[in-house]
Amino acid sequence: MSALQNLPFNVREIREQFPALRQQVYGKNLIYFDNGATSQKPQLVLDAINHYYSKENANIHRGVHYLSQRATTEYEAARTRIQKRLNAKSSNEIIFTKGTTDGINLVASSFGNMLQAGDEIIISAMEHHSNIVPWQMLCERKGLFLRVIPINFEGEILQDEYEKLLSKKTKLVAITHISNTLGTVNPIKEMIAKAHNVGAKFLVDGAQSIQHMSIDVRDLNCDFFVFSGHKVFGPTGIGVLYGKEDLLDQMPPYQGGGDMIAKVTFERTTYNELPYKFEAGTPHIAGGICLGKAFEYIESIDFKAVEVHERALADYASQVLETFEGLTIIGDAKNKTSVVSFSLKDLHPFDIGTLLDKQGIAVRTGHHCTQPLMDFYKIPGTVRASFAFYNTIEEIDAFVIALERSLNMLK
Amino acid sequence: METSMDINKIQEEIISEFEMFDDWMEKYEYLIELGKDLPIIAEELKTEDRLIEGCQSRVWLNAALIDGGMSFSADSDAIITKGIIGLLIRVMNHQKPEIIASNDLFFIKEIGLQEHLSPSRSNGLLGMVKRMKLEAIKSLNKK
Repeated sequence: MSALQNLPFNVREIREQFPALRQQVYGKNLIYFDNGATSQKPQLVLDAINHYYSKENANIHRGVHYLSQRATTEYEAARTRIQKRLNAKSSNEIIFTKGTTDGINLVASSFGNMLQAGDEIIISAMEHHSNIVPWQMLCERKGLFLRVIPINFEGEILQDEYEKLLSKKTKLVAITHISNTLGTVNPIKEMIAKAHNVGAKFLVDGAQSIQHMSIDVRDLNCDFFVFSGHKVFGPTGIGVLYGKEDLLDQMPPYQGGGDMIAKVTFERTTYNELPYKFEAGTPHIAGGICLGKAFEYIESIDFKAVEVHERALADYASQVLETFEGLTIIGDAKNKTSVVSFSLKDLHPFDIGTLLDKQGIAVRTGHHCTQPLMDFYKIPGTVRASFAFYNTIEEIDAFVIALERSLNMLK
Repeated sequence: METSMDINKIQEEIISEFEMFDDWMEKYEYLIELGKDLPIIAEELKTEDRLIEGCQSRVWLNAALIDGGMSFSADSDAIITKGIIGLLIRVMNHQKPEIIASNDLFFIKEIGLQEHLSPSRSNGLLGMVKRMKLEAIKSLNKK
């Protein structure tokens, strides 16, 4: 791959920032291709976690003392940094959550409370379970209908079918930006405009896109955008729900407790303003601050170059894998990135994943929390290699050699 | 009743067999061979009630009490899982139910396969060990 000799950014330099990548497992150099599940953390974030608990730890928002004020300032600074990165209008639109799943459940519960029996919600056939089940539960609770846009065999949402499903009854469309199983990049900007034409709101599941591209929520014009911190080089247990301010203002609170109130009496409680209305209880303070650090880190990375590099990795992996006899790549969308999912004739993904693991290669096997999608392709699961910008062509070469060895053993 | 080897002796035997392997890949090569050799369970026995659903791979287990000893046959859709099943059956087949119910199967940890029985791995094997013990206890109660 001579075209990749001149990489648009220095991968070696980037890798030095990630200590987890510099280790051996089972006596082999670790090759980490499970970035769709979670990303490794740069030194900046690791240092920030240590620094927070060593120097700043205090509960936020209500303390008059030095540490509390400092932690509050840092936590709110993280919120502002994330707001700026997403190009949201106001930091009131950035709600800290536990992660993508929590954000979707918040919207399903709170926005869902404003819906009436007979209203409809649209999702697609390639959604992660966490963008299916909360809507199913809401539909059951409120008497709503869940509509599913079918996909083609390449793994692309059928846009004409989407248009047919849209109607005045549609109140919300919830779609993944990038499929965690197939790597398909969905044309969400166009899909958002179509939803708005019938007066429906649109939630983007950004769990798999935030780490691969620059997100501009105002350009997309989405009503909600959710993601997890741990997939974008930050800590686990923290995530973000972006919502348009006027919409969040109309929505009832999600959970009750401290921090989310203005005044409490036994007769009546009034709620705090945004964003605190949706942040009951002591939040994941260290998580929020360190997610801010992860955003500081990605600000230093050229994401145009990231997109080129990651597509090159996925294209190269696909090209090499296609030469294996009996190997089928699952998902062949025209617009695809960072994920290569495959199955092998007569072989179980679990066996391949286990043998790759013993050679130091971390991939994911199974249904990837997209069982309906596996049913569509009539397979029990896939082997999924998912890349981040710190992965290299050399790692793919080593992966291919390890795969070859695994297949010879299983023959 | 068929005389069976002491359950702990069989485990010691497996441990010393595994000591001969230099690295992980050799261990797995052996497990794959075991998996290929495992007698295939009859298709009509692959029923819902014999299925142990795992997140990664599926296991079918048939158990019966024959002449005072437990008799197991099993299958899986994944070959490495089948290999580990082969080891478990080798240890537990023909043993008395009370012995199966109380044995801690120490060989699994000794040969480094405990990860396959961790709840997070969820490949049906942990469920299978539990089911083997449960079937043994059930047959004890029937006596």
